[in-house]
Amino acid sequence: MTDLLHPDALVVIAVMAVVTYGLRAGGLLLADRLPRTGRWAYALRRLPGMVLVAVVAPGLAHLGWLGVGAGAVTVALAIVTRNLFAAMAGGVTVVALARLWL
Amino acid sequence: MPKDNHPAVSGPFAPRDIAAGFRRCVPLAFSVFAYGGVLGVLADAKGITVPELMLMSLVVFAGSSQFVAAELWAPVLPVAEIALATLVINLRYLLIGASLRDVFAGTTLIQKLLGIHMVADENWAVTMAAAREGRATPGFLWGGGLIMMLFWQAGCILGQILGGGIPEPERFGLDFAFTAAFLALATGLWEGRRDLVPWGLAVAGAIAGALWLPGKWYILLGSGLGFVAAAVLWTEDGGD
Repeated sequence: MTDLLHPDALVVIAVMAVVTYGLRAGGLLLADRLPRTGRWAYALRRLPGMVLVAVVAPGLAHLGWLGVGAGAVTVALAIVTRNLFAAMAGGVTVVALARLWL
Repeated sequence: MPKDNHPAVSGPFAPRDIAAGFRRCVPLAFSVFAYGGVLGVLADAKGITVPELMLMSLVVFAGSSQFVAAELWAPVLPVAEIALATLVINLRYLLIGASLRDVFAGTTLIQKLLGIHMVADENWAVTMAAAREGRATPGFLWGGGLIMMLFWQAGCILGQILGGGIPEPERFGLDFAFTAAFLALATGLWEGRRDLVPWGLAVAGAIAGALWLPGKWYILLGSGLGFVAAAVLWTEDGGD
């Protein structure tokens, strides 16, 4: 049984769940106490996108020009198709082809 | 057969609302399935078992943070690092939860606590759109969450089972899938020229942080810088 559900994995999963659920429920229950107008409300609203680009920026920079190219294709596809899978497939394909030919 | 005014039929979680939310999210199902598939392949490579990932998806239900957790998975699990990364990446759920205040208006605490778990980015976006038309209920949200959960789980499981069959994922560029997913999601959140400086600083801060700071602290540095920049550059007439 412990081969399939490692105890330390259960700990990590539990911590992740508590954190994430805490944010969801906390946001809903404390909605009135969060800033709704002004600069901090605006910054909070812009935060999600900034977190996402912050996460992938070093990895992209590490890939150099390949990162720029594949990233540009991914973004372009995301804009045009508005489909997550299509954008992912495009970026992945660029990287695969570049590694094949270059 | 319960009458139409029976709470179970016409309350906040009315079956017809759940069904409506479920149907409205069908177009998103394949994307979620594919995204889950990529996570499944990564999880398999990292030694995460099928029951572990199923449980994680069930109780966390946040794809981007599950990706980062899988990336950090090691024989000795870095619990604190995964916890911090989960907090930072999922911080948006604080705002998402808050934005659903009106949808949950008039419900009991238990209904709120149970309903707010089944919120993924996709069914949240669909529900907010429906709310603008006055057609969003907790049941609608929940139904969308249900189909997201089903296809997410299916994708993850399939990825884990079949993933071992891909000998060199890098040859197929699959190591880029995670980055591509985040880039695509970020593109959807971009609002225009006003984001240029804050997001640029987030990128610069992240790259600098990756060079000088250990672990995933670079995420905090980059997003923190961007957050402050957005607040500092905000103007009353900017058009919130």
